[in-house]
Amino acid sequence: MERAIAFTLNGKPTKVTVDDERMLLWVLRSDLGLTGTKFGCGATYCGACTVIVDGEATLACSTAIKDVAGKHVLTIEGLSENGKLHPLQEAFVKHAAYQCGFCTPGMILNAYALVHKTPRPSRDEILKHMEGNLCRCGAHVRIVEAIEEAAVTMKGGAR
Amino acid sequence: MKPVETADMGKPAANAGAEFSRRDFFGVTGPGLLVLFSTEALEARQETPRQRRQSEYPTDFNAYLHIGANGRVTCLIGKIEMGQGAMTSSAELLAEELDVPFDSVDVVMGDTERCPWDGGTYGSMSTRVYGQIVRRAGAEARAVLLQMAAEQLKAPVERLKVEAGVITDTAGGKRVTYAQLVQDKRIERHLEKVPVKEVAALRQVGHSVVRKDGREKVTGKAKYAGDITLPGMLCARILRPPVHGAKLKSADTSAAEKTGARVVKDGDLIAVLHERRDVAEQALGLIKAEYDKPAATVDDVTIFEHLVKMGTKPAVVDQSGSLAEGEKQAAQIVEATYLNSYVAHAAMETHSAVASFEDGKMTVWASTQTPFPVQGEVAHALGLAPQKVRVITPYLGGGFGGKGANQQAMEAARLAKLAGKPVQVIWSREEEFFFDTFRPAAVVKIRAGLNGAGQMVLWDFLTYGGGDREAKQYYDIPNQRTRSAGGWGGGPDGMHPLAVGAWRAPSVNTNTFARECHIDMLARKAGVDAVEFRLKHLASDKRMKGVLEAAAKRFGWSTRKKASGVGFGVACGTDVGGDAATMAEVAVDKTTGQIRVKRIVAAMDIGLIVNPDGALQQLEGGITMGLGYTLSEEVHFKGGDVLDRNFDSYELPRFSWLPKIETVLIENRETPSQGCGEPPIITIGALIANAVFDATGVRMLQLPMTPARVKAALSRG
Repeated sequence: MERAIAFTLNGKPTKVTVDDERMLLWVLRSDLGLTGTKFGCGATYCGACTVIVDGEATLACSTAIKDVAGKHVLTIEGLSENGKLHPLQEAFVKHAAYQCGFCTPGMILNAYALVHKTPRPSRDEILKHMEGNLCRCGAHVRIVEAIEEAAVTMKGGAR
Repeated sequence: MKPVETADMGKPAANAGAEFSRRDFFGVTGPGLLVLFSTEALEARQETPRQRRQSEYPTDFNAYLHIGANGRVTCLIGKIEMGQGAMTSSAELLAEELDVPFDSVDVVMGDTERCPWDGGTYGSMSTRVYGQIVRRAGAEARAVLLQMAAEQLKAPVERLKVEAGVITDTAGGKRVTYAQLVQDKRIERHLEKVPVKEVAALRQVGHSVVRKDGREKVTGKAKYAGDITLPGMLCARILRPPVHGAKLKSADTSAAEKTGARVVKDGDLIAVLHERRDVAEQALGLIKAEYDKPAATVDDVTIFEHLVKMGTKPAVVDQSGSLAEGEKQAAQIVEATYLNSYVAHAAMETHSAVASFEDGKMTVWASTQTPFPVQGEVAHALGLAPQKVRVITPYLGGGFGGKGANQQAMEAARLAKLAGKPVQVIWSREEEFFFDTFRPAAVVKIRAGLNGAGQMVLWDFLTYGGGDREAKQYYDIPNQRTRSAGGWGGGPDGMHPLAVGAWRAPSVNTNTFARECHIDMLARKAGVDAVEFRLKHLASDKRMKGVLEAAAKRFGWSTRKKASGVGFGVACGTDVGGDAATMAEVAVDKTTGQIRVKRIVAAMDIGLIVNPDGALQQLEGGITMGLGYTLSEEVHFKGGDVLDRNFDSYELPRFSWLPKIETVLIENRETPSQGCGEPPIITIGALIANAVFDATGVRMLQLPMTPARVKAALSRG
């Protein structure tokens, strides 16, 4: 059913009038022009489309837009503030925790959900939490290092 | 030397012989310094005669660099960035030769209108071959700028020094910057045969730098082809057959048309267009299509028998000594047959393209490893002059050899012309698997022999379907033969029932798996330690010997401690001029058949290293990716039906698989830069298989070593 859906997107009140069964991924990418959220598999298997909805890592490819009504959605475009990178972004750059970069927004946002719930995650907690995010280039080792370092930098506090 | 046609990289099997080996490389260039002449010859050999006439590397250095009025340097290269780091290493090489800060270099890649021609990004050639061309361009530009400065400052060139793009007269201190000399213009002066810097004079090369693409990639600003959005753009979803070889009988598009989406039919192409991709997809689902499906013949179980049956006329790749003499000398014979499966490229970004046709000119943003060939293909298909087609390559979300067929770019271009509006094509994951040009399945048969002293005296290697790149033996064996039938570039008609193509280190993963497993078996037969046995047979390959010794030292091979259910393995390999030696510790769960890789040590010698951290990224990435084809990745199929179409059944390496990875880069600055992206992945299959044998006493002869296969092998004993 086409209707107006209001939610908060990267801190800004947002309203779209769309078929409310459409997936958040495509509304973000084509209606709102936010292409940082990636399409990888369309079926919850790869994690490339991970965004944050009310603090939870959420797969945008399989979340209907009606399900984010009234909620806070954070995409990769909203993570840095006034040009200043988030500690996770800083750490991903420093450790070259990416190669092609296509899985990177989803990796960073899933890690974001982790460090907010578990400020100083153990290595095992990181591996377990990130398990659903695929990286074909094999940057895994560096992604884990980057998350570990960012968690230390954030001291359980930052954003 | 046989004809080489890597211009066909990534295309479905068409003709035989698209191989490029280390022997060919050194055969052309000789062991000394690389010079432009030989790199040109090397590239030229990889093109069809038609392309060679049309396309070659420009000789004018202005094609490769531009110095702006603000002092920033633009490095223009026809290669593309797919994660391998060529953007960063090219900038580092140019900065080195020009003597400008790395941070002052911007890089433009893969744009057929702005960048100099290039045949494609594959074969680990970005640094090995193209890097040399970038260096030459930088060196000539620097020499010309010095000459111009000498005239302006009225000082002999010998008295001038360059630091960060500023030329200073060492007597008197008068200065002029590159930017002032160039004044944002093309540099019209040229010099002949300016040498690149001697190794000892290198100041930046060899130091790690922060990748150029980092900030864009962590902020979501990095654009991939599917992120290009144009006014009025329509998204296309295309009707696909259920299996390869199916013929469309009828298609009822009436329901799809009622949704408001536009249905376009052009010969074999039926597409649904809409401003929103997901809406187009819904409409596509309403098309009722009927097909005639061909009968399924070969599947993923019978494929191996089929390959052997088709490969009746193997070509001799390499031969020395006499097999009959080897048989005579052999006191013990070891024979085995190795199997390897079709695997998918499975880049995280599916094939994507956006095309726009305006005023008779087609612009295509494509996820492609071969932008210049795409330009030619689109021009040919649409009846346009090549200069009326521009291909722009944004970042690629992974390639691995899989993005050279360019079907999606052709589809977008065709549809844009038909629709009269810009068209975007982003393949679904299912399309990505269905149209992939898989790494070929293969069978390798080896018969080898040891004399009474435990020395290898016989080696007879025969590969079916996988291709002959690095098939030939490099261990010292007096009587040996290597033969090959078919490969990733093709084979006899019908050999591969599915489209095959280049997959990161084509042929070499399979050939290294078979060779290094077999060497392991021979070592055990000889009763000699696996490392010692290899070293003993590497007298004529000092470089590989050094790499193996470095890995053994880091691993602590000689002091390793055996425990129940735990095993240690070793495997070496060579590709694109790079040598790798790897060691692993694994644990095998005998009830589930699950292999757990606990630790991998990898040493690599790739000659002069430009960006060490970049090389480590490739090394770690290759190891991690290699665990996939070793443990889980296999394309299941029945005739033309590809059964794995998403990541639920096709399993890529995950975080929980991560072993402890330790890496060693060998310092070898006197050898020119060799390939780096491919050597790290080639040993992983044999490495883990050898460690599994050590842990269980069971020899795994087939990849991937899935828990089911390991369990079955354990129960056979």
